[in-house]
Amino acid sequence: MKPAAFTYHRAHDVADAVALLTDLAAAGEDPKVIAGGQSLMPMMNFRLARPSALVDLGPLRRLPAMTAIRSDGDHLTLGALVTHHAVEKATLPEGFAVLSRAMRWVGHLPIRSRGTVAGSLVHGDATAEWCLLALLLDAVVVAEGPSGRREIPADELFHGFYATAVDLDEVVVEVRFTRPAPHAALCEFARRHGDFAVVDAAVALDLEGTAATGGRIVLGGVAPAPVRVPEAEAVLAAGGAAGDALWGAVADAAAAAVDPPDDATTTAAYRRRLTRTLVADACREASGGLR
Amino acid sequence: MNDPHLLSLTVNGTEQEVVVEPRRTLADVLRHDLRLTGTHVGCEHGVCGACTVLLDDAPVRACLVFAVQAEGAEVRTVESLDAEGRLSDLQQAFSDHHGLQCGFCTPGFLMLAEGVLDEQPDASREEIREALSANLCRCTGYQTIVDAVHATACSRRQEIPS
Amino acid sequence: MTATELPGDGHATEPRAEGPRFDGHRGRWVGASIPRHEDPRLLTGRGRFVDDITLSGMLHAGFVRATVAHAQITGIDLTATRAVEGVVAAYDASDLALGDIVALLDRPAEEFTPTAMPILAKDKIRFVGEPLAIVVARDPYAVEDGIEAAVVEHTALDAIVDEETALRASTTVHDEAPDNVLLDVSMFDTPGVDEAFADADVTVEVTTRSGRQNALPLETRGVVVSWDARDDQLLVQTCTQVPHQVRTLVARCLDVPERTVRVTVPDMGGGFGQKCVVGREEVAVAAVAQRLHRPVKWIEDRREALTAGFLAREQTYRTRAAFDADGHITALDVDVVCDMGAYSCYPFTAGIEPLMASAEMPSVYRVPAYRVRGRALTSNKAPTAPYRGVSRPQYVVAIERVMERAARELGLDPVEVRRRNVITEFPYTGVNAVTYDPGTYRESLDLAEATIRDEGWYELRESTDRHIGIGFCCFSERTGYGSEAFAKRKMTVVPGFDLSEIRMDTTGAVVVTSGTMNHGQSHETTFAQIVADRLGIDTARVKLRQGDTERIAYGWGTFASRSVTIGGSAVALASQRLGELLCRIAAHLLETRPDNVALDGDGGVVQLDDPDRRLTYEDIADVAYLRSHLLPKDVEPALTATASFDVPGDGTFSNATHAVVVEADPGTGAIRILRYACVEDCGVVIHPKVVEGQCRGGIAQGIAGALFEEITYDAHGEPSAASFIDYLVPTATEIPDVSIAHLETPCAFTENGAKGAGEGGTIGAPAAVLNAVNDALRHTGVELDATPIHPRVVLDALEGGL
Ligand SMILES: Cc1cc2nc3c(=O)[nH]c(=O)nc-3n(C[C@H](O)[C@H](O)[C@H](O)COP(=O)(O)OP(=O)(O)OC[C@H]3O[C@@H](n4cnc5c(N)ncnc54)[C@H](O)[C@@H]3O)c2cc1C
Ligand code: FES
Ligand code: FES
Repeated sequence: MKPAAFTYHRAHDVADAVALLTDLAAAGEDPKVIAGGQSLMPMMNFRLARPSALVDLGPLRRLPAMTAIRSDGDHLTLGALVTHHAVEKATLPEGFAVLSRAMRWVGHLPIRSRGTVAGSLVHGDATAEWCLLALLLDAVVVAEGPSGRREIPADELFHGFYATAVDLDEVVVEVRFTRPAPHAALCEFARRHGDFAVVDAAVALDLEGTAATGGRIVLGGVAPAPVRVPEAEAVLAAGGAAGDALWGAVADAAAAAVDPPDDATTTAAYRRRLTRTLVADACREASGGLR
Repeated sequence: MNDPHLLSLTVNGTEQEVVVEPRRTLADVLRHDLRLTGTHVGCEHGVCGACTVLLDDAPVRACLVFAVQAEGAEVRTVESLDAEGRLSDLQQAFSDHHGLQCGFCTPGFLMLAEGVLDEQPDASREEIREALSANLCRCTGYQTIVDAVHATACSRRQEIPS
Repeated sequence: MTATELPGDGHATEPRAEGPRFDGHRGRWVGASIPRHEDPRLLTGRGRFVDDITLSGMLHAGFVRATVAHAQITGIDLTATRAVEGVVAAYDASDLALGDIVALLDRPAEEFTPTAMPILAKDKIRFVGEPLAIVVARDPYAVEDGIEAAVVEHTALDAIVDEETALRASTTVHDEAPDNVLLDVSMFDTPGVDEAFADADVTVEVTTRSGRQNALPLETRGVVVSWDARDDQLLVQTCTQVPHQVRTLVARCLDVPERTVRVTVPDMGGGFGQKCVVGREEVAVAAVAQRLHRPVKWIEDRREALTAGFLAREQTYRTRAAFDADGHITALDVDVVCDMGAYSCYPFTAGIEPLMASAEMPSVYRVPAYRVRGRALTSNKAPTAPYRGVSRPQYVVAIERVMERAARELGLDPVEVRRRNVITEFPYTGVNAVTYDPGTYRESLDLAEATIRDEGWYELRESTDRHIGIGFCCFSERTGYGSEAFAKRKMTVVPGFDLSEIRMDTTGAVVVTSGTMNHGQSHETTFAQIVADRLGIDTARVKLRQGDTERIAYGWGTFASRSVTIGGSAVALASQRLGELLCRIAAHLLETRPDNVALDGDGGVVQLDDPDRRLTYEDIADVAYLRSHLLPKDVEPALTATASFDVPGDGTFSNATHAVVVEADPGTGAIRILRYACVEDCGVVIHPKVVEGQCRGGIAQGIAGALFEEITYDAHGEPSAASFIDYLVPTATEIPDVSIAHLETPCAFTENGAKGAGEGGTIGAPAAVLNAVNDALRHTGVELDATPIHPRVVLDALEGGL
């Protein structure tokens, strides 16, 4: 389990990184960005990924913007190289505190110490917590490419099976979360603590007192990419007393709406039932424990 | 530039220069170029934790870092823990609690625990257990490893383990 | 639920052991949890594992492996491989022309079919991961580049992937075994089986299955072989539990005299049985090192370890049992089928699992009539090795499920049914012609149950609508198989005895050898305790040497919980003989009769009728080595002694009861273990913490088998797990704290009164957990009989059964 050979290039700033990607590609190479390496390197060690050139964003940690956690008004902006662990430790505004709480589900401390927000989103695993959170909190991914910067809203980001809208010659510079959700939670089930989830559910509730007036439901592990579940959100939008009856109805709607695959690890029916459980749990937790 | 890179990094307080192929992992450079074989390798995909070292004070998987990415960094390995043959408090606690059998996972657990205790000096036994779930041990059943780290946490904060 | 809501705090309460105690002489060291001798080096990174060895000029090896499960090889082209930068050489089977690995049983053809395992596949591929060619390069990275460049052509065949396809035998894994059966033995059919079933008040039938597991030492297999031109010898440094058997096979396959092969074993990162068989890779690396006259290292990577290393455990038991109305078992009829994979392992053969199960299936119960058929099937899966417990985890599941099922049918408490059947009078000779030495079968069961009861778990289970279940497992474990016991298996290579040599140097410190092989069990500490007590010296003055075929005349290594029982006895006897020698010399020097001196327990020999007259070991050693002219006429210079030890008869049985409380999560089906209590009896405990460590580690592996780990194969023979993402080794959050209570029934025929303690945890845990889960599902009408238990199946039961 040793990676195939590649050439190694340190980027000094974002423009340099983009230029390297462009030039290498033009020279017939198959370059890839490496950030924390916590997804790319296992795949390279298995030789499931074999870029012929790596452009290392590591030196960009010197640039304050790349590792900054900035809150401006209703937005929270994370530099592309902010690590999972930095978010876990940060004290975020209430509307984004769910990000910190969710980090304990992302692998383990040694993974979280190196893995980055942008890396996780670009990698695009269907159960990755960051991918669910991006849909939950309307993230906007800011990417710089040869023709300048562009913004990719989360709902256009995931194309399924590890494919994302970020192009190979683009470098994500920051991720902006634009929808604060003070009543939000992420729940998941994995056979072993720290593993990628079998199914995970992120929920943001709109609450007025003890009444729910709307909200957002995002699921991982039920489709090739993380998905919002409008059918379940409709139940929340119809409103009702916050409590187990409503959470159950939302969870049932979510479970009925998803169409997960049968695969080698488990069955569609089991994923559907986990969906029900986790959506209800996440609603309850998001509401602050209202039953 | 597939060619070897000259890499400089500080390992256990000593500056080192090594010429490495870009694809060489930090684990392999520590073990085979610098001959610090205390850091072990058990999976090369980030799950077992046998290769855990401190990179700029944070516990990381040395199998998931290319050595070239550690340019200019400070690395601490298990070889740094004892002082002239005297075991550190954490190492001593592992021995006292029989927190190791074959000892293959031990360096990784020691470095993980150093990282965890640094981060969460007030961790409870259950928090320690969750943090230690980052690494695999096939021999002990974990209980005595949790005990050893918990005892160290307590003694570092001058508390008697409950 | 928080911990305070739990009746007992998992790790806080230790049940107090009340039972027979060893009242024999106990020295200063045996019985004490002294600091381990191994710890300082292992804690500081100064241990030396195989991959830590670097020799000058060393090359690295790796294997081109099969990517299909079953195929006829039509061509292997290594031209491109040899052209890869950094690659030094590449060989396939025809280049190396090595002898095959063949493991034999002394059984007739209708019972056992011998098959050969080539070092590199010759004409046929039999499993995904099978080694086809070896690539040698300047570093492991270039090795993999070379492997990628190899071209293998083959014609695919249908894959045999389960019992059904094996027995249907549309195709054969080995031509020698046209029915894909390597062993078929009906070991017992005692009188009265059919009558007992005809007369039974209740008959229960259970089909239990266990998934294919990997023993998973955290250190993968590996070897460094170098050619010593001065000694004309291959030095094989390998992590094996059986160095002498590796020597034999390397010599045999390379067709060189055994004296030209030396096998040594450095520190070893676990083995659990996977390393007690000889690997073909070890032989192949030896062959290329010999050919190239360069040191060559091979370190198995995790993908290889999961797919191409030796696996274990996949077995099915179809068990019928007859009971009378009082819950006494009256007959047992079992069909054991073990899927041994593509090859027979050396030296144990593919027969090891079904033969072990057949011999010992009645377990701790008085079974009057017994019939058993045991079969070993071959399939297109990675071959198996005897993993910690060796079929006992499986047959214990079978018989413990039988007890539970009978209890349900009879409306009795399952613990009570066990109590009515458990052996209580010893020695007991069972229907299986095995004689069980004394143990605490009943006492351990009683104490385990009392522990759970006193802590209030039964009340909690009754008073809540949570899905809480309580499960027990009562078992014994034959340890210290001597040559007599192994001979009954009809192996042609019969393990059993162990040898020890002890030497005292001029300072009175000793070096002692053992043919056993430490790989985590703390032999350097426990054997030192044994020696220190026999000689009356500090353990710091005892150094254990193992794992060197040049220093140890012969050894069977470490497996089957034999080390302390057999190896520890040999070490004790050798120490005692050295003590006698010291006394003889001392008596001469003190000018008194030999029976007027004794070891004084403090590094010296004392004159009994005048305790002021005393010689230290240094004094005696001074004479034995440096002034040998002062020795008695009939005593030769040097302070050495040797001893061998073998266990007579059927060996000695450790025993234990495990009690488990679990809760099933109605939302996910996940099983949480709320309480795990183990009451065990391994005779005299040399080092309590070490025994507890063995128990806990074994239990963790048993829980892994019960709830998490499995490698399955699809219809094409493709394995499901090539990484730790798919192979679910449990972590600290999945394994609970375990309380351990010791009972102590000293073994009457091992030197230290000790019985083996290496495997028990692994044996007891699967049945205890499975029973507890079934208890948690008791309202659903569903009973589970297969491991690992997937949460999906639990959830199905909870939802379907409510
Ligand atoms: C044992 C283990 C357990 C894990 N468990 C979880 C888990 O439970 N949940 C979870 O979400 N993740 C988990 N991960 C993955 C981890 O979170 C990764 O850190 C993360 O997915 C990728 O971030 P990275 O910075 O390491 O990216 P890298 O591995 O460096 O890169 C990943 C991909 O993103 C691209 N990329 C990275 N940064 C940029 C950028 N700025 N611009 C453009 N492209 C970029 C790379 O080219 C590559 O394609 C686990 C990993 C391991 C090894
Ligand atoms: S070797 Fe790095 S995590 Fe296993
Ligand atoms: S002590 Fe052997 S793996 Fe942990």
